[in-house]
Amino acid sequence: MGAQPDGLVAVVKQDCPTCTLVEPVLRQVEQADRSLTVYTQDNPEFPAGIASIDDTSLEYSYSLNIETVPTLLRFESGKEVARAIGWHRGEWEEVTGLHDLGAELPETRPGCGSKSVEPGIAEKLIVQFGESSLSARRIEIGASEDEMEACFERGWTDGLPVVPPTEERVLRILEGTRRAPDERVGIVPPNNNECTVEKIAINAVMAGCKPEYMPVVLTAVEAALTEEFGMHGLLATTFFAGPMVVVNGPIARQIGMNARVNALGQGNRANAAIGRTLQLVIRNVGGGIPGGVDRAMLGNPGKYTFCFAEREDDSPWESLSVERGFSPDTSTVSLFAASGVTPIMDQASREPDALCRSFAACLKAVGHPKSANSPAPVLVISPEHTSRFGDTGWSKGRFRETLNRYLEIPVEELVAGAGGIPGGISEDRAGDQKTLPKFRANTLHIVRAGGDAGLFSAIISSWGGSKSVTREIVV
Amino acid sequence: MNETRILLDPTSEQKPAQRKRVDRPGSLAGLTIGLLDISKNRGDIFLDRVESHLTERGLTVKRYRKPTFTRPAPVELQQQIATECDVVVEGLAD
Repeated sequence: MGAQPDGLVAVVKQDCPTCTLVEPVLRQVEQADRSLTVYTQDNPEFPAGIASIDDTSLEYSYSLNIETVPTLLRFESGKEVARAIGWHRGEWEEVTGLHDLGAELPETRPGCGSKSVEPGIAEKLIVQFGESSLSARRIEIGASEDEMEACFERGWTDGLPVVPPTEERVLRILEGTRRAPDERVGIVPPNNNECTVEKIAINAVMAGCKPEYMPVVLTAVEAALTEEFGMHGLLATTFFAGPMVVVNGPIARQIGMNARVNALGQGNRANAAIGRTLQLVIRNVGGGIPGGVDRAMLGNPGKYTFCFAEREDDSPWESLSVERGFSPDTSTVSLFAASGVTPIMDQASREPDALCRSFAACLKAVGHPKSANSPAPVLVISPEHTSRFGDTGWSKGRFRETLNRYLEIPVEELVAGAGGIPGGISEDRAGDQKTLPKFRANTLHIVRAGGDAGLFSAIISSWGGSKSVTREIVV
Repeated sequence: MNETRILLDPTSEQKPAQRKRVDRPGSLAGLTIGLLDISKNRGDIFLDRVESHLTERGLTVKRYRKPTFTRPAPVELQQQIATECDVVVEGLAD
């Protein structure tokens, strides 16, 4: 598209009642000022009696930055010097320098939305006519190639189909963050490659994210790339674990995450796509491929995606993020190394103390019943189990203390050979201690989630090389 | 406009955009060589000669035949060749 010639320009569409209202005015203007050029977004026959220019491709509307029709502009020396939006007699007379325009029309009438700003259109026009702000390499897909198959063949997927990352889709998902596409987010293991917001957005598109998930996704990737979390080791270990994302605070509800029925399972787009994006970033940006640096002997199904929200709104207890020092109004992402879900079934305990004993008995088996000072797992406590404590006035602190007491294991059960099992600690390591804690520094992570009914909770066991990390989500 | 013809690279862009062919082996020693007859006229005669040259050198050869040259090999045959052979020789013309 060349430079706009000097004179008047009007952009209209027949579908807009204000445009049809000003149809006679446009004829009036054209007769008085032959410089008028009219661009029509829908029917090039409109306005009647004027040789308008077909802008059904919206190229002119896009480059003139039209948001409302009708819009009337004046150009001088190739530059826009005046613009009237909608119908306003005074403004039209000022822009045109003409008098008595549309004498029989009302004084003013608002316009309609330009077709160039309709949902889904804007990104298309940027790709077609604009200058792209994206710098990722363009991969051309052969005419006979299926784009889903192309993604598989290039090794970009986790084994399930991905949404092909077109420029349009990536531009759209970037609307979900204020951060610039070229902003660096961190270094992704195992190949220690630099990762930008744009690369994360591309993988988020592939994983199935909506734009509004982006703040959670970006924070999750940042958390995963911290020194404490140790993503490199977590990827490389022969153990089962992969990263698990827990979301706290208002954003979980805003983006429609699931903290209730089947919270750890399938079926919720936000849960599924956010967790999957993190895995795809490790795979595609970091080069972490199973059988390559990912040496997991078995892995676990959570390595496709593992992400859920804490059920906070009706909880008698402070949430995980509040325990970690954040305000309940702050949204956070917490990352854990997660090795899989083990159910706890206790439908009999009515007393809080009994339920603590029950939890402790199950938790003692994590990893191996003879391993003490184990990495802390996540205890996902169900609403019904939480009620046993909430209804009797037990705080989360009291629950923790009691549970920790029952998680002390007598040294005689832990020494090598005890129970006929060779593994265990040497007698001297036990020193004078009569018991050892099951989990390192008594740090058990407690998150409340799940449906209303079910006297079950879950243990999500961890991996020793990683420390759980919590980060605030900045929207 | 076909909007999915250009994709943005999700990787660190350290591999060429065009996928590389599998490297040719430096030597055929110890490898299993598949000879695929695509069912074109006299292709079998050509492959018989290739086979005798290869077996004279003490190499392992396996023979396969496509039902017709007009269509791609059936998936089972592709899978069979891929699992049984290291390299394949295929005649493409009369």
